[in-house]
Amino acid sequence: MTLLRELLQALRRMLETIGAVVLFLARMLAYTPAALARFGLVVQQVYNAGTLSLVIIMLCGLFVGMVLALQGFDLLQRFGAEESLGTAAALGILKELGPVVTALLFSGRAGTALASEIGLMRATDQLAAMQMMAVDPVRRVCVPRFLGGVIAMPLLAAIFSGIGIFGAQLVGVQLMGVDAGQFWSQMRTSVEVDDVMEGLIKSSVFGVACSLIAVYEGFHSQPTAEGVGRATTRTVVISAVVTLILDYMLTALLL
Amino acid sequence: MRQTRAIEFSTGLFALLGFAALFFLVTQITNREVRFGESGYRLLAKFDNIGGLKVGAPVAMAGVTIGRVESIAFDPADFKAAVTLRIQLRYNQIPEDSDASVYTAGLLGGQYIGIGPGGSETYLRDRDQIEFTQSAIILENLISKFMFSLAGKGDKEEADGTTAEDTTQ
Repeated sequence: MTLLRELLQALRRMLETIGAVVLFLARMLAYTPAALARFGLVVQQVYNAGTLSLVIIMLCGLFVGMVLALQGFDLLQRFGAEESLGTAAALGILKELGPVVTALLFSGRAGTALASEIGLMRATDQLAAMQMMAVDPVRRVCVPRFLGGVIAMPLLAAIFSGIGIFGAQLVGVQLMGVDAGQFWSQMRTSVEVDDVMEGLIKSSVFGVACSLIAVYEGFHSQPTAEGVGRATTRTVVISAVVTLILDYMLTALLL
Repeated sequence: MRQTRAIEFSTGLFALLGFAALFFLVTQITNREVRFGESGYRLLAKFDNIGGLKVGAPVAMAGVTIGRVESIAFDPADFKAAVTLRIQLRYNQIPEDSDASVYTAGLLGGQYIGIGPGGSETYLRDRDQIEFTQSAIILENLISKFMFSLAGKGDKEEADGTTAEDTTQ
């Protein structure tokens, strides 16, 4: 009986959290046009979320593409279809690895930075000070950071995919000896614009989800050193889980 | 001030790189050529069966791509597939009595439309129809035809064999 009650309570808490997140998102979206008018703040956050993540994204993209080519070559060789390596690598990177790995890296690199920054603002009463000056902290602090992440993510994913395919070409053609013409022409004939769009849609959705989680966790963190640390950890964990669940649902939807 | 300008510069660079990557993905990785506005003229062809032909499939003449399949619709009047082809403007000398067929590229490749030139002196113009068409070859039909002919042949031989034995006895 107590178990049932606890279960119900946990369910209720979960629903409350989801409701709070949705309301928070709605509040941020309501402020979005005003925030876009002051674009300088958003540019600053695109810099924080995007430009600073660029090096790690490019490095990881290169190696993901390279390892995919290596594994793909080994697999395709067993069927005697090495020429399809370009197609396999391009589709794998564009549709799955690009958006997902970018989202995971993003939540690790930019999401944690956002959550801890906003959490520390909360802990050092900066947010309360803003409120005292009749400045809405959601509007001034959260919305530009959220929009920065939303803008940065699809661009980061596109860069990741481009570099990844370059890496796959590097290993497949230069190292494993797949014919360069076959590699590119097979890729071009079987990859559709829809596949690129699928990656773009996915990374945009992940951008919204990861930025929202980071900003929400930071904004609602306990105003203590421990609370900020917990908010940072929760950001990474929840972002990763939500990204992978959303990835399955979007794939089922878009395929 | 200097710092914000540095930030704006590197953010601009990042955005540029992102869009360049996207452009690279769309133009270099996919089969879509960059098109600046719609160009070319339309031809119509009706097929009994188009098999797995898709919108965007190439239209080739002597193996050279001269256009793309623009749209595919079902024509309820004569139960045929109405395929609209968009041919590039510089290939404007396709004889009137040319024929269009649905071919398969490679053994398992995608399907495309091949145009065989006719001998007429007048050329097809915008919105003209290609009268002579040949449907896609459906692999299953081909196999079943082959199987039935093989089975029929086998029965016949068996019948012949028995009659031959009968005569020797």
